[in-house]
Amino acid sequence: MRGFLAGFLLLVTSFATNASESDGLILHRSAQNFPEAMLALQTSIGEHGYTVSRVQRVDIGLTKSGYKTDKYRIVFFGKSSEIRAVKQSQPQLIPYLPLKIVIFSENNETLLVASNMTQFSSLTVNENTKDLLQRWNNDIQSIFSEIK
Amino acid sequence: MQLVRGIKVLGFWCLYLLMGSLAVNANAAPNGAVLYQNNCASCHGLDGKGGVGVPLSLPSFLHSVPDTYLKKTIRHGRPGRVMPPFKHLSDAQIGSIVKHLRQFAPGKPPESLSRIVNGDIKNGKKLFGQYCASCHGEKGEGGTGTGVTFSRPRDLPIIAPSISNSGFLLAATDSMIKSTLMNGRQGTPMQSFLKQGLKEKDIDDLVSYVRNFEKLNQQQAEKQGEKESPVMIYDSPNDFKTTIENLKGAAVAENFRIIREQDLEQGLVKAGSERGREVVIYFCNFQTLNEVLGVDPRVGLFLPCRATVVERQGKVQVMAINPRYLSAMYNNDELDKFCDRMHSIYTSIIEEATL
Repeated sequence: MRGFLAGFLLLVTSFATNASESDGLILHRSAQNFPEAMLALQTSIGEHGYTVSRVQRVDIGLTKSGYKTDKYRIVFFGKSSEIRAVKQSQPQLIPYLPLKIVIFSENNETLLVASNMTQFSSLTVNENTKDLLQRWNNDIQSIFSEIK
Repeated sequence: MQLVRGIKVLGFWCLYLLMGSLAVNANAAPNGAVLYQNNCASCHGLDGKGGVGVPLSLPSFLHSVPDTYLKKTIRHGRPGRVMPPFKHLSDAQIGSIVKHLRQFAPGKPPESLSRIVNGDIKNGKKLFGQYCASCHGEKGEGGTGTGVTFSRPRDLPIIAPSISNSGFLLAATDSMIKSTLMNGRQGTPMQSFLKQGLKEKDIDDLVSYVRNFEKLNQQQAEKQGEKESPVMIYDSPNDFKTTIENLKGAAVAENFRIIREQDLEQGLVKAGSERGREVVIYFCNFQTLNEVLGVDPRVGLFLPCRATVVERQGKVQVMAINPRYLSAMYNNDELDKFCDRMHSIYTSIIEEATL
C-alpha cells in the first residue's frame, strides 16, 4: 500500500511541475522580482522538509565590474539524514553536497538553476541512493513550480 | 481492514481518473503557451524578449523566418551555443510552440523555399571578410557570449549568431539566408546589404560561402570527448590537518583567496553535532569569477570554487567537482574552454595539496 501511494504521489508530482529540464540542468524563470523569489525559494525549501544551510553571495564586486545585476546567490540546502546516507553509500558525490540552487535576477524577473541529481544515478548500484536522487530531482522541480 | 480496502479502491480510482485525463490530453492539440513556458521561457523570457537566450519576439525576426526554421531550431538546437536540442518533444508539440511564438508578432510568415543558391564561393569569402566577419567572426563563429545576456549591455538586442553552426545551417535554407542579407533585420545590428551597395549576385556569393561552412563542419573530426568523471578524487599521503593547510596554500599560490572553511554538515545539523573530518575549503579569484559569469550566468552550480577534504578510516582524500563534466551540461563552447582551464587549475591545486 505504501509503495502504491509513493508511486502515485511521484506520478502526480511529475505532472504538476513546470520547470524546464535539459539533460543535467533544471531551469526555471519566475515573474517575481529577486527579493520575492528569494523569499519564496527559501520558504518552499523549508516546506519540502529541507534545511537551508547557507546562502552564498556571489555578486560582491559584480556591479563594479560593469555587470547589470548585483543579485546573485547560491542557496545550499539538504536533509541531514539524507546527506549522511549518500555520503555513506556514495562518497564520490560528496563534492555535490549539500544540494544547491542558483538564483539570480534578470531585470524584474528571476532565474533559478539546479543540477538534475538523477544524472549521478549511473555512479551507484544502490537502489536506495537511486531513489533518493530521483526524489531530490522531483523535489527541486516541485520547489521551482511554487515560485511563480 | 475495510478502511484499508476503501483507501486502496479510492487510490485506484484517482489513478484511473488521472490516466484518463492524460489520455484525453494526449489526443487534444498540445498547448503551445504551456509548452513554451515549460521549455523555453526560462531562457528566452516569459514574453520572448530574451534573457539567457536570444530574443524571439522581434517582429523583423519572426516575419523573416519560415516555420521550418523555427521547428528545426527547436528540434536540433545549436551545438555548443547554449540552445539545447529538444529531442523529447513531439512534432505536434514543437508545432504548437511555433504557433505560440508567432503570436509575439502576428503576420504571415514566409514560405520555406528549398531553392539552392549557386554563387561564387571565392568571391563570397572575400565579401564575408569585408562585410560580415566583424560581427559574425572570421569563421562565422558568432559574437562572443554565446547569446547570454546577463552581463552585456541591454541596448544590444542580440549577439551576432554563429552562422557556421551546424544547427543553424541545418535549419536555415539558402532562401532564408539570402532574404536576411537582402533585407537585414530591423531592430538588430544586421543591415540590408542591398542598401550597403551590394548587388544580388554578390549576395548569392555570400550565401554560397555561408553554406560552404557545412562542408567545413563535416571535414572537422567529430569531437569525441572522453567521458569525464563527475568528480576529481585524490588520495592524500598527509594527515587531515596537513592536507587542509596544503590545500589552502596551493589555492593561494594559484591566486585564489580563501573565502571560507567549514564542516560539510555545518548549518544542516545542530552546531557541535557535525560528523566531522569533512571540511570544505571555499576559494575564489574574483577576476575569474566575473569572467565566467560573463560566459554563462547559469554557471553558479560550479561556484564558489571549493574542494572537500575527507578522512575515513584513517585515509585522507581531497575531492572536487570536475569542471569539465559540469561544463558538458551547458552546451556552451566558450564555457568548455574556460572549464578546461579550471580543470587544470583544480588539478594543480589538488596535486600540490596531496604531494
